[in-house]
Amino acid sequence: MKRAAFGHIGFPILLLLPQLVIIAIFFYWPAAYAVQSSFYAQDMFGFTSTFVGAENYTRLIDSTNYLNALNFTVIFTVLVTFFSLGIALLLAVKADKVIRGAKTYRTLLMWVYAIAPPVAGLIGVMLFDQSRGNITQLLAFFGYEYRLGVNYWDTATAMITVSVWKQIPVNFIFFLSGLQAIPQSVREAAMIDNRSGTSRFWDITFPLLAPTGFFLLIINITYSLFDTFGIIDTIVKGEPGNNPLTLVYRVYVDGFRGGDLGGSSAQSVVLMVLVLILTIVQFRFLERRIHYT
Amino acid sequence: MTLKTTLSLGLAAGLMVGGAAQAQTEIEFWHAMGGQLGETVNQLVADFNASQSDYVLTPVFKGTYEETLTAAIAAFRAGEQPNIVQVFDAGAATVIGAQGATIPVQQLLSENGVEFDIEDYIAGVRYFYADSDGQMIGMPFNSSTPILYYNADALEAAGVEPPATWEEFAEVTGPALLESGIAPLAQSHLPWIFTENFFSRHNLQFASNNNGYDGTDTEIMVNHPAIRAHFQALADWQEAGLFNWYGTGWGDNQNPFEAGEVAMWLGSSGSFGGIADRVEFNFSATMLPYWESVTTEPTQTFIGGAALFAMSGFDAEENAATAAFFDYLDSVDAQVMWHTETGYVPITTAAYAAAGEQGHYEEFPAAEVGIQQLSLPAGDYTRGYRMGFYVQIRDVMNREYSRILTGEATVEEAFEIIEAEANDLLERFAQTQG
Repeated sequence: MKRAAFGHIGFPILLLLPQLVIIAIFFYWPAAYAVQSSFYAQDMFGFTSTFVGAENYTRLIDSTNYLNALNFTVIFTVLVTFFSLGIALLLAVKADKVIRGAKTYRTLLMWVYAIAPPVAGLIGVMLFDQSRGNITQLLAFFGYEYRLGVNYWDTATAMITVSVWKQIPVNFIFFLSGLQAIPQSVREAAMIDNRSGTSRFWDITFPLLAPTGFFLLIINITYSLFDTFGIIDTIVKGEPGNNPLTLVYRVYVDGFRGGDLGGSSAQSVVLMVLVLILTIVQFRFLERRIHYT
Repeated sequence: MTLKTTLSLGLAAGLMVGGAAQAQTEIEFWHAMGGQLGETVNQLVADFNASQSDYVLTPVFKGTYEETLTAAIAAFRAGEQPNIVQVFDAGAATVIGAQGATIPVQQLLSENGVEFDIEDYIAGVRYFYADSDGQMIGMPFNSSTPILYYNADALEAAGVEPPATWEEFAEVTGPALLESGIAPLAQSHLPWIFTENFFSRHNLQFASNNNGYDGTDTEIMVNHPAIRAHFQALADWQEAGLFNWYGTGWGDNQNPFEAGEVAMWLGSSGSFGGIADRVEFNFSATMLPYWESVTTEPTQTFIGGAALFAMSGFDAEENAATAAFFDYLDSVDAQVMWHTETGYVPITTAAYAAAGEQGHYEEFPAAEVGIQQLSLPAGDYTRGYRMGFYVQIRDVMNREYSRILTGEATVEEAFEIIEAEANDLLERFAQTQG
């Protein structure tokens, strides 16, 4: 690569400074503070603070409850990411083929994007409500007694369904524009070489979509881990009980609701490390297999 | 009149207005009362502001109980705390434990020349927000206690009376209601009704250290044979169709009662106003049933809900304003208004008597049940409890009770887990207190 055309090191740093300051204030400083407070037991008002070493961390490892949340978070993230990417890709491929009324289809599919997560969560709760929910009534018609907030996996299903539904439009928009960026000549050449639509998709279209897919994969994992907070909060209504919880929601429950600042900090540090590892793995191993044009 | 005199007169008038405005001390009050309750709070504050000219109180709605407490603590750490904050029952230990964060209400009132006699308060109200010496720290505000609501029409159709004991429910009331085609019983908030107040109603010790009042090295004593038997009975009743459980959400359990699907519901005396507005059947309420096999002399329950705390860090004048508001809040007029509008109990015996004189209980007999229950004889363990990290302890209870009622755990297993995890949390809380 050619060296940047700056005669002096000072000027580029000056240009970067506003961004660096923002990152330092809003990310590094709070992160460092979280690491620090994860080694203390502190009362909420900040009067006393006792150094407890790694105790906040060892307690996490010993807690079956925390390991359950970790377990559920993995399942939740995998399912939400898989279904929201898969369904969006299917819809995008189909919408790409539509000739008549294409705009209407696309607009309709994108609409849901405008819904805020808590609102999506609320709509989900209404659909899955124990006594009045439409989906509950539909399932009852087929003889299944669906019990949101009572049955662990019933609640999990609602959380996953609503989260997937909320994320599909974003993925759809990206996939659709990715598809439309594939040159017509490439498509025509593929048509001549291969008659089967399915294998044409996997051999030609899918690899060309890979950069979009990789970007979306990271976005969706982050979404499942963090942005589903509002949906989960609406579904469990602040009373977790025996309902499934993700790690992020637990940080909130223990820290903000429960007042355990040290324990909650330790949890957020663990989460930070997990995301860091995940990001490194993705960029180290997965990105190598992707070809950017 | 010359221009000069007009100007100086105007200036003088301006100064006087300014002076008057300055003499008014402005204080802030953060609360968690939304919707209809929030409007009643605003009315209460407006009445206080209109009742005198020295102080102006501004109410600020801060979200749920947990959000209000968290906001107040964050504000305190930043030196921007409100003068008054509403704190709910489970958060009381956090605030009372943080000495120096608040001024004990009893001290605040006497320093500002307001007469205070703890005997003026209804028995079950006196000590929940007090320290181990019985000094009142927080001013009880929206106080409620668990009672049994019943659908009078459904009970009449089944030919039964509301049960006084759980034995009566299991043998007579429950089966008769089930026979008549209605689900007999549901309840909201298992930790509050079937744990904390279960211990108080039967005068059983809930935690060491005098239920936690006397120190932070407290151990919970929830794994008691009486409550294990109670939860075993619940599980059996659920199996037999006598008891329905709809999850940890408060409304999940209240809605079926209001919809007429469940004949009896255990809820808060503060739910009275809302139910009266919504249901179409005749309803009434009675006291929380007890187990005759555990005690033949059931004792009082204590208040839940929330209290108002005066935060520290203000000058004498602002503290005087806070004291004046608390004094107003204790007045018969304010209490009767709050009680009749919301269904929360009046906190003083004088206000209770006044509401009675106004004929409130002749019109709504159910509105009196909570106060009667709070006025029952006290026992050694009926003043309340004081445990740190109690919000999390309640979460543990909710989780384990759910597991019992969904058949994932036996009663023995669940109570062992609750006791172990709660004691672990209490130990951690003691650590945070230095």
